[in-house]
Amino acid sequence: MNHLMIMPIVIPLLTGAFLLVMYRYNIGRQRSLSIGSTLLLVIFAVWAILQAGVTDYTLYRLGNWQPPFGIVLVLDRLSAIMLLLTALLSLFCVLYASRGSDREGSHFHALLQFQLMGINGAFLTGDLFNLFVFFEVLLIASYALLLHGGGRARSRAGLHYVVINLAGSALFLLALGILYGLTGTLNMADLARVIATAPEADLPLLKAASLLLMVVFGIKAALLPLLFWLPRAYSAASAPVAALFAIMTKVGFYSMVRVFLVVFGLDEGSPANDTVLAWLWPMALVTLSLGGIGVLGASSLRTLTAYMVIVSVGILLATMSRNDEQLLAASLFYLLHSTCMTAVFFLLADLIGRYRENGYDRFSVISPLSHRWILGTVFLVAAVSMASLPPFSGFVSKAWILQSSSRLSDYLWLWAPILMSGLLIIAALSRAGSGWFWRPEQRADEAAPALDGARTATVCVMIAISFSLAIFAQPVMDYLEAAARLIYEPSGYVEAVLGDYVGQSREVTE
Amino acid sequence: MELVIAITLGVLTSTGVYLILRARTFSVVLGLTLLSHGVNLFLFSMGRLTTASPAVIGLVENYTDPLPQALVLTAIVISFSMTAFVVVLALKAAVELRSDHVDGEDPNEDRQ
Repeated sequence: MNHLMIMPIVIPLLTGAFLLVMYRYNIGRQRSLSIGSTLLLVIFAVWAILQAGVTDYTLYRLGNWQPPFGIVLVLDRLSAIMLLLTALLSLFCVLYASRGSDREGSHFHALLQFQLMGINGAFLTGDLFNLFVFFEVLLIASYALLLHGGGRARSRAGLHYVVINLAGSALFLLALGILYGLTGTLNMADLARVIATAPEADLPLLKAASLLLMVVFGIKAALLPLLFWLPRAYSAASAPVAALFAIMTKVGFYSMVRVFLVVFGLDEGSPANDTVLAWLWPMALVTLSLGGIGVLGASSLRTLTAYMVIVSVGILLATMSRNDEQLLAASLFYLLHSTCMTAVFFLLADLIGRYRENGYDRFSVISPLSHRWILGTVFLVAAVSMASLPPFSGFVSKAWILQSSSRLSDYLWLWAPILMSGLLIIAALSRAGSGWFWRPEQRADEAAPALDGARTATVCVMIAISFSLAIFAQPVMDYLEAAARLIYEPSGYVEAVLGDYVGQSREVTE
Repeated sequence: MELVIAITLGVLTSTGVYLILRARTFSVVLGLTLLSHGVNLFLFSMGRLTTASPAVIGLVENYTDPLPQALVLTAIVISFSMTAFVVVLALKAAVELRSDHVDGEDPNEDRQ
């Protein structure tokens, strides 16, 4: 057994706990601890990527209990990709926050580490109840992070966010209760095995459980009727927190892929799975359209970015609900791009807002701006990437999605909202850019603060990563295609996790 | 016993949902608490309802499934701490926003 695998959970846990105990440490030491921990996470995530590239499934049995009796962590290509994305994103968030945002409230770094522990755990776990526990870990950290810095807007948004997520947790437990009552197991591989051979009489309850799970993950991912908490919460959060939250909706997406395509997907065309995907398809398309309209109607750059998150969720869920291997690989590429770029825009809104004389990131205010050339160029490059124009990763990912969906019969239903929302994003971003960088005067020199090099560099490196995703698209695409192929072979997953157990129980019954 | 459990579950859940949909934070918190009680009871009953059977193998012939009890224990701890958090948050919001309405302001206040 390889103990490296549990490190993405243990490192942030220890760092977070230590930071909590040592809260009297001066802020410099807290920062270096936090940065060190996220750097380690990046290293382990790279190891995970390499490891998952060699062996399809790496298992870690907690306490060395045989699955399905004990909790098992499973590392495959999809989880490895998500781990690396989280680690990189959190590294940039910590670096950005270390320039001062972390001082607006207490315990920023400790909370961030706990949040990372929850996110990494959710990506690694192979047990449905354990997934619930890690969801709660990441949620309770996110409640506190959202409120970081205080203020009326955050209290108001935080209340909505907490209440809807607590209701979601209750529904999650209900779904788990139904599944356990029917199958007697909560291990994902074992569940898949039992669900595939479930008797006809259990089907209605299985459908009910899967639809409940869809609602729960829909709240996390911000699917249409459940997304109204998101714009307010994301635009109220402080910039590094909002940037980190860009991965949170993707946790919902990941859970849907894992649960509906793997756990419910072992039986070819399982009815419970079909029901969920049939619901998901129209709702995701409407989410996507609504996101596009929201982008155009937003009154500040942070709200605009929040609606861009909704657009990305709509595209991801719509492509996933078509249940196609190629399309899933393409949407995973889009996931990498959209997470990176929405995070960039949350940071950019804060960065530019700091150098405007007044109005922060609101569009209604025309305000003198300092460092117009540098900030304007960064904004232009980021906007080109976000709007999916070449030569950035957005273009590659959207072209891939369009190309691989063209084989489907109803592809126009997907093409129309994707292209329309892209157009609306271009319109909204060019309006924002021209309003901010062309019309106002250069800010008077004596009042202007010096440009914060570290913050700007952080944002630039993130944009460069998006660019390099496009340059090294071929190896990334190969990896993602392999990841999608594994997702569509749930029998391999079951075999890897339960291999010994199923063999033994067969011997006993014989 | 099944009937009693079913009715209790129904009452807890429906009152919980009703209270969550109210406009004041106190009733929402109360509703979340009731809902989580209902959910915990539901989870517990998923190990099947039996009497006089301990969750220990070997002592008696009919033992009960210990796993739902472990799950419920985890769920209780989590929902308890979350309730504590949401109470504090509701108080903080009520003080900062000077209103205990869930939106921070009462839309009908001007009309009264």
